[in-house]
Amino acid sequence: MTNPMGVDTLIEITYLIATALFILSLKWLSSPTTARRGVFAGEAGMALAIAGTLLHRGIVDYKWVAIALVLGTIIGIPLGKVAMTAVPQRTALSHAFGALCVTLVGTAEFYLRAPNIAPFMMAVLSMEVILGSLTFTGSLMAAGKLQEILPQRPITYKGQNFVNLALLGIAIIIAVTLVLHPEQTRLFPAMIFIPLIFGVMLVIPIGGADMPTVISLLNSYAGLSAAAMGFVLDSKLLIIAGALDGSSGFILSVIMSKAMNRSFTNVLFGGFGQIQTSAAGGQEARPVKSATPEEAAAILSAASKVVIVPGYGMAVAQAQHKVREMYDALTKKGVDVTFGIHPVAGRMPGHMNVLLAEADIPYDKLLEMDQVNGDLAQTDVALVIGANDVTNPAARTDAGSPIYGMPILDVDKARTVMVIKRSMAAGFAGIDNPLYYLDHTLMLFGDAKNFVGNIVRELAGSAG
Amino acid sequence: MKLDLLTSVYVFMLAAFIGFEVIRRVSPLLHTPLMSLTNALDAIAVVGAIILAGEHKSNFSAILGTIAIVAATSNVVGGFIITDRMLKMFKSSGPKKS
Repeated sequence: MTNPMGVDTLIEITYLIATALFILSLKWLSSPTTARRGVFAGEAGMALAIAGTLLHRGIVDYKWVAIALVLGTIIGIPLGKVAMTAVPQRTALSHAFGALCVTLVGTAEFYLRAPNIAPFMMAVLSMEVILGSLTFTGSLMAAGKLQEILPQRPITYKGQNFVNLALLGIAIIIAVTLVLHPEQTRLFPAMIFIPLIFGVMLVIPIGGADMPTVISLLNSYAGLSAAAMGFVLDSKLLIIAGALDGSSGFILSVIMSKAMNRSFTNVLFGGFGQIQTSAAGGQEARPVKSATPEEAAAILSAASKVVIVPGYGMAVAQAQHKVREMYDALTKKGVDVTFGIHPVAGRMPGHMNVLLAEADIPYDKLLEMDQVNGDLAQTDVALVIGANDVTNPAARTDAGSPIYGMPILDVDKARTVMVIKRSMAAGFAGIDNPLYYLDHTLMLFGDAKNFVGNIVRELAGSAG
Repeated sequence: MKLDLLTSVYVFMLAAFIGFEVIRRVSPLLHTPLMSLTNALDAIAVVGAIILAGEHKSNFSAILGTIAIVAATSNVVGGFIITDRMLKMFKSSGPKKS
């Protein structure tokens, strides 16, 4: 017990520095030029905080702590080295792990403290375990769908919203009961179990196209549950880290919901994935124009400005490296090539940017929707690769369309539109895309990777 | 005790505002690394789990704490590795440094 106050102060100082480093870490992330410094700041803060915690005087048993830290590292390394196409499911899985940690700590704290728990403390503890458990199963479901272990198709049934709200309602009633009567410890398992089911039910009706919103929302829940844990443990560091994560997920959810033209409450209450396939009519075969790789290559080489619009289909076909070769070939010919990226393209926020950056496409060529839309009218060729709904002009013109009002990339305004697509089968959301029937649209039927590969070969041939 | 909790509420509120202002400035280009980085930072919850497991107040709490450390540590390690891998890939065109 030599100078215990000194150790406590030292621990608090490490936490204080860690907090500052965490905020700097996110601040530096704002630009690609300083972003890696941000990761370093985060790592330093984390190392400092963990080292400080290990000095904690209450720790009597280091053996299991050490084993757990090593085991977590062993699991973490492969999770950090997954392929870039698997990043969405990895992210969902890590939300699940974070939520698991928070839920377990909350559970242990409850049984250590019950029945002497003040009402406010019990309220935040309830919030911690409810948000933690629903995020745990919800994120596992999302990861399963993204990994295609579970069916990606939305599963809906009658009265779904009622069931979900009822489950949430019961969990909240249990929480309120525990706040008033914390000695009713046998209610506690139900307060974990019901949100666990709720998490599953919440994600069951979600289709692949809605994943960016769901992942952001689960991110926000994970952050809020960690902040609640900070209240329970009276750890300012944890409150701040949780608040940062929570607000980050929240902002991303709002951006995603705006990009899909969903209302804010719609997002908060998880009412996503409700796009019904209203595409009953309009299935008669309308004429489309198609083109071969040779023709596409000729049109692309004759262009002076090309905008490529990638979507999830590009990721599925693993076409990003072929796209890079095409980008190189066209740039060499003096064609100005940029990429127009819709906020919800792919399966998580920023998904397309990461894939294209992995393929070595310079990030200053990756433009946001607003930057690109102004230029599209002056663009010779808009090349759509594996994207569908985000280019659907019905969102602007057809008030009856389920996606009416959703901001889109106005590729139809380009002089020529080329769409690489496997077939004319309706897309994931089952919405017909009038873009395909326009006079200046050419359909390029085939696998994205093969087709772009063929275009590259043609471009190389015509150069030689 | 009451004052402590109130202070915590202030801390949470201010942190949420800072988070909002800082994260709003992050370019959409980097939204995926943003999510993996905040995820890694969020795993600071490991600190609570270490104390829980290390204090060993009951076998039950020590077991839960140990599992919690494993879960959070895998997020810390995996989250930082993948964020850095992603950010390494973002290169500007041309050698110009401005």
